[in-house]
Amino acid sequence: MGWFGGRKTIHVESDILVVGGGMAGCGATYESRYWGRDLKIVCVEKANIERSGAVAQGLYAINCYMGMQWDENQPEDHVRYARNDLMGLVREDLGYDIARHVDSTVHKFEEWGLPIMKDPETGRYLREGSWQIMIHGESYKPIVAEAARKAATKIYNRIMITHLLTDKNNPNRTAGAVGFSVRTGDFYVFRAKAVIIGAGGASHIFKPRSVGEGMGRTWYAPWSSGSAYALPIQVGAKMTQMENRIVLTRFKDGYGPVGAYFLHLKTYTENAYGNEYESTWYDDTKELVGDYIDRHPVPTCLRNHAFLKEVAAGRGPIRMVTTEAFQDPHLETVGWENFLGMTIGQAVVWASQNIDPKETNPELTTSEPYVMGSHATCSGAWASGPEDYAPSEYQWGYNRMMTVEGLFGAGDTIGGSAHKFSSGSYTEGRIAAKAAVRYVMDMGDNSPEVSEAEFENLKQVVFQPMELYEVGRNEIVGGTVSPSYILPIHGLQRLEKIMDEYVGGTSTNYMTNEPLLLRGLELLAMLKEDMPKVAAEDLHQLQRTWELNHRLVTSESVTHHTLFRQETRWPGYYYRGDHMKLDDDDWHCFTLSQYDRESDEWKMEKAPVYHIVD
Amino acid sequence: MPTFVYMSRCDGCGQCVDICPSDIMHIDKTYRRAINIEPNMCWECYSCVKACPQDAIDVRGYADFAPLGHSVRVLREPEKGTISWKVKFRDGREKNFESPIRTTPWGTIKGPAEYSVPGAEDLNSQELAHEPDALNIEGGLPALRPDQLKVGVI
Repeated sequence: MGWFGGRKTIHVESDILVVGGGMAGCGATYESRYWGRDLKIVCVEKANIERSGAVAQGLYAINCYMGMQWDENQPEDHVRYARNDLMGLVREDLGYDIARHVDSTVHKFEEWGLPIMKDPETGRYLREGSWQIMIHGESYKPIVAEAARKAATKIYNRIMITHLLTDKNNPNRTAGAVGFSVRTGDFYVFRAKAVIIGAGGASHIFKPRSVGEGMGRTWYAPWSSGSAYALPIQVGAKMTQMENRIVLTRFKDGYGPVGAYFLHLKTYTENAYGNEYESTWYDDTKELVGDYIDRHPVPTCLRNHAFLKEVAAGRGPIRMVTTEAFQDPHLETVGWENFLGMTIGQAVVWASQNIDPKETNPELTTSEPYVMGSHATCSGAWASGPEDYAPSEYQWGYNRMMTVEGLFGAGDTIGGSAHKFSSGSYTEGRIAAKAAVRYVMDMGDNSPEVSEAEFENLKQVVFQPMELYEVGRNEIVGGTVSPSYILPIHGLQRLEKIMDEYVGGTSTNYMTNEPLLLRGLELLAMLKEDMPKVAAEDLHQLQRTWELNHRLVTSESVTHHTLFRQETRWPGYYYRGDHMKLDDDDWHCFTLSQYDRESDEWKMEKAPVYHIVD
Repeated sequence: MPTFVYMSRCDGCGQCVDICPSDIMHIDKTYRRAINIEPNMCWECYSCVKACPQDAIDVRGYADFAPLGHSVRVLREPEKGTISWKVKFRDGREKNFESPIRTTPWGTIKGPAEYSVPGAEDLNSQELAHEPDALNIEGGLPALRPDQLKVGVI
């Protein structure tokens, strides 16, 4: 027994355990209670659900709303849109499922008190674009959290889940999760019949453009630490499309969003000399991807591609032409409130640099890559589809159950279902929860068994970084350099550098190839070997250590997937220099991986893409 | 733009510690007041600024790209249901904005268990809570036929 063997262990019994209380987790918690009135429903969150997840800061738009009540769109329209934007590869069964339910979610949000803007002429929700509606969403998360608190048996804030537990008798069945309280340092063992992962995607696996203090100003929240992937990966769940990282074109430095600017304010981009540039690169892009460039709207990655080519040709910076739209005081207000509602940092950047978009056209940039599953990208777990129509290859159990029994997911966690955003993630949480309730009821008394040896071992593992620090710290006079350990920030910066330079980050202009990826894997393996040498000074640093662990597992997965797909499917997100063209003959498929923790090996395979045929 | 705390205003109540999504607002053991312990993991989400009852937390733009002299101040008034912003540029220009944040009183959301219990057979349908009514459409929940999904390149 180590020094921390004396730490308190708190056991929590539940029927359904929701890991992560962001949009997906709150949706899962709400729906679990609706269908499972007598069930014990527990939601565990590493921060505070009042302001946690990607929507902590608020949002100014809901980007996934059909408007079926006004016949604005039908679910299959959204599927075609997402398919087109992701260069042909999305799980259309999952996307349709979210699209057919998402309107009921949004209507509930409005009933709960979320201010949704209205078109003064029609009385309908004010459209930003075909799929987006505009909201005053500063309190979006607190509103959604209020509903979740009313639904849960108990919400556990400030507990970081580090590992999932598996059934003693069936290693491919989940039995709950373990973690620690970031406040008290108690070890928590959550037993559950079903677990729904609603954790976050991954920022900070690729080196951010900003340095020093500014490294926190990532596009996706710095607390999105890839737990959505690392938790399922480590118990053997199959993952899909992990290579499909996203690069965002955003306002420079603050990463303020451009959606409302393009769609609602009708601003547009130009190069440093005032010229339109996307058409310049039409032939070049066509050479790479064929007629995907002719689709409407032009896929997000291909617009990035034109941006990158234009900058590489020496005609940067690319600017957003705001000076025309901002002459209208109403549009000017929308432009500013858009940031204040969801990316306050951009307002600060402009205020600090005296950029008034009424007078100056602000610069844009392309971000470092991110791995997530709910925006214009779809990395995540391979999940069973809806029972009423999913093809048999996409269906092996309950809706949104992964390839591990009793393990469900939603939001960033589930792969293949791009463009779900906040409302779709919440909706997917609801879908997963209803299926999980049914699973729990079908299981009856057949509960998974937790092995004491397993969680006692994990307890040692979880607190080991603090023990290491206690011992190692005495070896040196002071400072951050030790012969016996590195700190979490050291590990994080090494990870970011590896991913940046070998797996297609900003410093290589998103370029990689097989030799780079193989070398990247070697360096990641060394970092993995060094992980038991990461030391935590306190509980906060222990959280950072486990976040680093989750980011590392996510990064390994991303790198294996990137190596496996021998084509450049999404130019503008990343390039395989050794396979520069899109290749529908060999790669119109999903990539699947499975990690075996016993052998530490990754197994890759392809899976077919089913399209909705008109 | 990392947050910082004014010594003279903070009373160490810990609301910022409780709300920070990044777990970087802590209470300094010597001064018993709040401090941002990890500015490079601050997303400038303003959750702590909005939560502070003493108006003690402010933000200074990230040193690596934000010149000094700016300020973005916020007043969130949950009871009024509004949020107000004052943006001050480095050159002194100011812009003010106010938005609604909620249309219903806080705490009034009806929890899922307050609705009538769904029938046992409803658990096997594809409809989620409050559907099909909450979709506001006729014809019920849309669905695909299994034969509408085919392998191929489109």
